[in-house]
Amino acid sequence: MTKVPVQFTLNGREQNEFVDSGSTLLAALRDKLGLYGTKAGCHQGTCGACTVIIDGSPQLSCLTLAERCAGKSVTTLEGLTGNGALHPLQQAFMEGFAAQCGFCTPGMILAAKSLLDRNPSPSRDDVIDAISGNICRCTGYDPIINAILTAAEQLRGARKSA
Amino acid sequence: MSVTLLAARQARAVPALQAKGGIVVAGGTLAVADLNHGQGPGTLIIVDGLGLGRIEIKGRKVILGAMVTMAQIAHDRRLKFLHPVSQSIGGPAVRAMATIGGNLFAPAPYGDMAVALLALDAEVALHDGKALRKLPLENFLKQRGKYEKSLVVSVSFAMPEANSFRYVKAVRRKPVSASLVTIAAVLPRKAGKVKDARIAFGAMGPCALRARKSERALEGKALDASAIKEAADLAADGTAPADDAYATGWYRRQIAPIHLQRLLGA
Amino acid sequence: MIEYRKDYFSDARTDGLTEVGVTRQRSDVLGHVTGKTQYYADRHFAGLLHLKMVRSPHHHARIKSIDVSRALKVPGVVRVLTAKDVPQNIYTILCLIQVEPNDEPVLAFDKVRFKGEQIVAVLAESEQAALAGVAKVKVVYEELPAVFDVEEALKPGAPLVNEYHGRNWFTYEGHHCRRVRFGNVDEGFAAADHVIEEMYQSSPIEHAPTETTGCIVVPDQNERYTCYSNTQALYFTLDNSALILNSPFHKLRLVGGTVGGGFGGKVDVITEPIAFLAAMLTRRPVKYEYSRAEEMQVSSPRAAERIYIKDGVAKDGRILARQVRLYVDAGAYSRHSPYGTTKAAAHMPGPYTIPNVWVDCHCVYTNRTPSSAMRGFGVTIGDFALEVQMDKLARLIGMDPMEFRILNAYRDGDMKAHQKEVDGAALVECVQAASDLANWPIAGRYRAMSSQKREG
Repeated sequence: MTKVPVQFTLNGREQNEFVDSGSTLLAALRDKLGLYGTKAGCHQGTCGACTVIIDGSPQLSCLTLAERCAGKSVTTLEGLTGNGALHPLQQAFMEGFAAQCGFCTPGMILAAKSLLDRNPSPSRDDVIDAISGNICRCTGYDPIINAILTAAEQLRGARKSA
Repeated sequence: MSVTLLAARQARAVPALQAKGGIVVAGGTLAVADLNHGQGPGTLIIVDGLGLGRIEIKGRKVILGAMVTMAQIAHDRRLKFLHPVSQSIGGPAVRAMATIGGNLFAPAPYGDMAVALLALDAEVALHDGKALRKLPLENFLKQRGKYEKSLVVSVSFAMPEANSFRYVKAVRRKPVSASLVTIAAVLPRKAGKVKDARIAFGAMGPCALRARKSERALEGKALDASAIKEAADLAADGTAPADDAYATGWYRRQIAPIHLQRLLGA
Repeated sequence: MIEYRKDYFSDARTDGLTEVGVTRQRSDVLGHVTGKTQYYADRHFAGLLHLKMVRSPHHHARIKSIDVSRALKVPGVVRVLTAKDVPQNIYTILCLIQVEPNDEPVLAFDKVRFKGEQIVAVLAESEQAALAGVAKVKVVYEELPAVFDVEEALKPGAPLVNEYHGRNWFTYEGHHCRRVRFGNVDEGFAAADHVIEEMYQSSPIEHAPTETTGCIVVPDQNERYTCYSNTQALYFTLDNSALILNSPFHKLRLVGGTVGGGFGGKVDVITEPIAFLAAMLTRRPVKYEYSRAEEMQVSSPRAAERIYIKDGVAKDGRILARQVRLYVDAGAYSRHSPYGTTKAAAHMPGPYTIPNVWVDCHCVYTNRTPSSAMRGFGVTIGDFALEVQMDKLARLIGMDPMEFRILNAYRDGDMKAHQKEVDGAALVECVQAASDLANWPIAGRYRAMSSQKREG
């Protein structure tokens, strides 16, 4: 396997890695960097479990070639708790029973974060659209949608009081 | 098996790389999925640096670069009429990755944007290594295997008249899933009568196709119940949709006329 | 919102409940929302080998020959496993609870009985190399006629699916089906004002967990092996693996308990025995993970069922006789379906007191993907059929469907068709509460009824 150097920003820190040419960002995150918070559910872009945020937009790490991340900024679930405190989305998922088996949770939270980063006051339909590429087989989605709306409210409150 | 990525510096250099067995990876939603399943060639051609990611609108002419994503279309206010199309494809992550160029090669039941572009009578600009040439999207789709050794540069079309573009994608799972049948229609009218209607189907064959019999049934008529019924009855004529995990071909042929009838009557 | 109605049956129990009605956070949820929960695949092992499977492209075929020589030449392929490598190749998961006979090969050798059945395991340094190796294994088949319909499979002359049974059905203590006999249904039908027979059927249902089925087996020191698995049935897996591998139980260690979606789809022991064997024979860590396509195609779904229900009902609303013929499509192998079929028989005729009951539940082998457990298997489809039937009966005699259910609901002290006295019934109260919530008025006579005694 040819190794290729890639420089990118990962969860706010500069990262220099040699990756296998043609390998995916998902493989680099999990197998190389040990960031197992990003999950592999289908390797074909249909389940959303591997969703990460690249330069502000949600993307599927299973379909993203690691080499093409050069110069980009990648956020994984591990990046949300960088300072130790839980993100309001994590708190709301926890309190709202929005995670059961937990396997879709990382992708769900990142899909939701990229929505809230762009749109702090989403409607219920906006939330449904934002997670439409993320499959959950346990919850029936309602607790997840409610948790995202709760987190949005909390983030708006925090912004106002700041 | 080792894989090499080659970054193309010029569009005209790409076909030579394709001739050696490389394939272009645009958004990666098709090519990298194949790669993950042990299929596909050892050389991936990256065209990120070729400036193909622009949306240009000059007067009524729209030019979409091959690397324009579904998300770009969804966020462009000038292309509001296409938002229901981009919104019907994948979730936000897929839309952020999937491109116009890639959509032209998506096998049924995928490729909904190509259905809309076909109804818009779009033209494809291709580089074959020697020259840039243009051909109607319909001709391109019919023989798309042949054009895998060319680089799709852009797709262009004329902005449709206000309120003349209609779109529906029937799915099993809301809000998004793969298509049972997709229909796009451009219905220009002159003095209340339909003139030069264009109707395109997705998931009713290996690629997007025009419903010419239904189009002819509407020609010169008011869009009333009897004309709509006539067009709808002809909708599945001559089509051979595939059986897949989402629907049988039989089911697709049953529902296509109903969805066309609803779309035209809306 | 959940409402706790502790007024029901308050005289039948002490109200010392400390957990029911109290909201408790899931014990594992902090790990889930921070990405720290460790699923079986969230581990790194140096020298990990990837296992990919050669699968049958046919529903039913004789295997004429298997040639692995070209696969072994693929760069990165380390070795292949065939049936010859498996110490006890024929097993059945429920042999642990005395279900017989062993009817399923770990790796198919003489025949394949469903599309996607595993035949040859290819072990390689990378997934890509393993897939390339799989593509190079040459299996020559002679296709056989296949049967996909439960009733077709029971007809004389149908293709024989599973030779270990010798017939296309599971045998229950000498009988061709699981049976319930109570009273005399013919007399019941004769006494009834109306007799109707309806047919209900369902398709197989895949659980589609977000995390596909898989495991990693790692050789320890001293010839011991640790299996990290997402199985829902850790001890079934340990015991079956030990039997298949002819291994002392203490050599095998299972680590699990974290499952990325199961719903009953991860109780079959399929990936672990072959991964154990691969780790034993290569002395390297081995990962066997289903692709999404494999999860959909070869993991056991909920069984398809076909159910005929014949009922005799009196004008006053009493059901006098119920006759049920129920067919469970086990697919090619038993797995959990003989047990599911017993559950189906135990569940009939539903939660109603009917004096004459006759039930035949058939566990049938076909050339479809073997079916197994899924949330209430053997019961859920039957309930669908029974309750649709109850609505039809109510409509037939012009009775309110809620009142019709209350009238026929079993009460404490009634004798069930299985010769067990009813105890702890609560259906009457459930239907009464449901009618309140649905603003569905019921007559005072039915409002006054109770599960604890039958009205005079």
